[in-house]
Amino acid sequence: MSGLVGKKIGMTSVFDSQGRSIPVTVVEVPASVITQIKTEETDGYNAVQLSSFDRKAKNVSKSVKGHFDKAGSETKAVVKEFRDFLPEGLDVGDELKAEDVFQVGDVIDVAGTSKGRGFTGVIKRHNFSGVGDETHGQHNRLRAPGSIGGASDPARVFKGMKMGGQHGNTRVKVKNLSVAKIITESDLVLITGAIPGPNGGYVELLSKPSAY
Amino acid sequence: MDKLKLVEQTIVNDDIAQFTAGDTVNVHYRVREGEKERIQQYEGVVLNERGSGANKTFTVRKISSNVGVERIFPLYSPFIAKIEVKKRGSVRRSKLFYLRELRGKAARIKERGQESKKK
Repeated sequence: MSGLVGKKIGMTSVFDSQGRSIPVTVVEVPASVITQIKTEETDGYNAVQLSSFDRKAKNVSKSVKGHFDKAGSETKAVVKEFRDFLPEGLDVGDELKAEDVFQVGDVIDVAGTSKGRGFTGVIKRHNFSGVGDETHGQHNRLRAPGSIGGASDPARVFKGMKMGGQHGNTRVKVKNLSVAKIITESDLVLITGAIPGPNGGYVELLSKPSAY
Repeated sequence: MDKLKLVEQTIVNDDIAQFTAGDTVNVHYRVREGEKERIQQYEGVVLNERGSGANKTFTVRKISSNVGVERIFPLYSPFIAKIEVKKRGSVRRSKLFYLRELRGKAARIKERGQESKKK
């Protein structure tokens, strides 16, 4: 599974070849440097480690800087490993650009960290609909979860009961999006539909195994 | 944000006629019928413009066989062959939804530059 790391820029819409308006997310995908190639013999599994987005050397710890130096790369902000990525004819220190990995029309998955929403009630977090009426004397259970179980039997709350709590800021993968356009001169990739996370957040673009 | 504009620039076409709500426009719209393509004209009053950049759309209202018809066009749609501005209307708001309640004489819009005649 090959992939690349990008930065979400924002959403807009474009027209496809048939003139239809298509919602797209713009993702900046600069060239990534291969900083390590893991193989079954040395590491127990196959993977390629890609680094992208420049970061000043002074803002990187010495151990990390050493790792980049070994690969002959500038210091980078994002280091990500892609398993079972076959780097045919590629070596440590080589650069991968968006057009090397993806083509227009490719079906891809996009993974990222969703927007954090903090401690959230059940209505926002689990799509509950609240309890009772807004009127008829009812005044304080509009957004309540309702009953969470029987009192004497089972006399406990089942595990996994949907309640309020932290919502968002978790890894989310959106599957089966497609590449609408690749703008090579400005390192931008347009992906149909919405992807996780805030504008400016890092996302992984994962190509799907071509086996289906 | 700059990079988003970069993408939108490729869609935004500055050659399109300038118009706003209240103007009467004639939209030449490409219609596909099987293999053939022909141009359909749709003329009416612009009620509404919304969105910005590549997402901008506008609503055109006309009365067709005594029934009000509204159509929303994406401003930069490749199906739009041409937009002709027939009349410049003088209106005091940017959304003219009040026209939906009006018919005939009441639904007229003064042409721009003529209001000075009336005192």
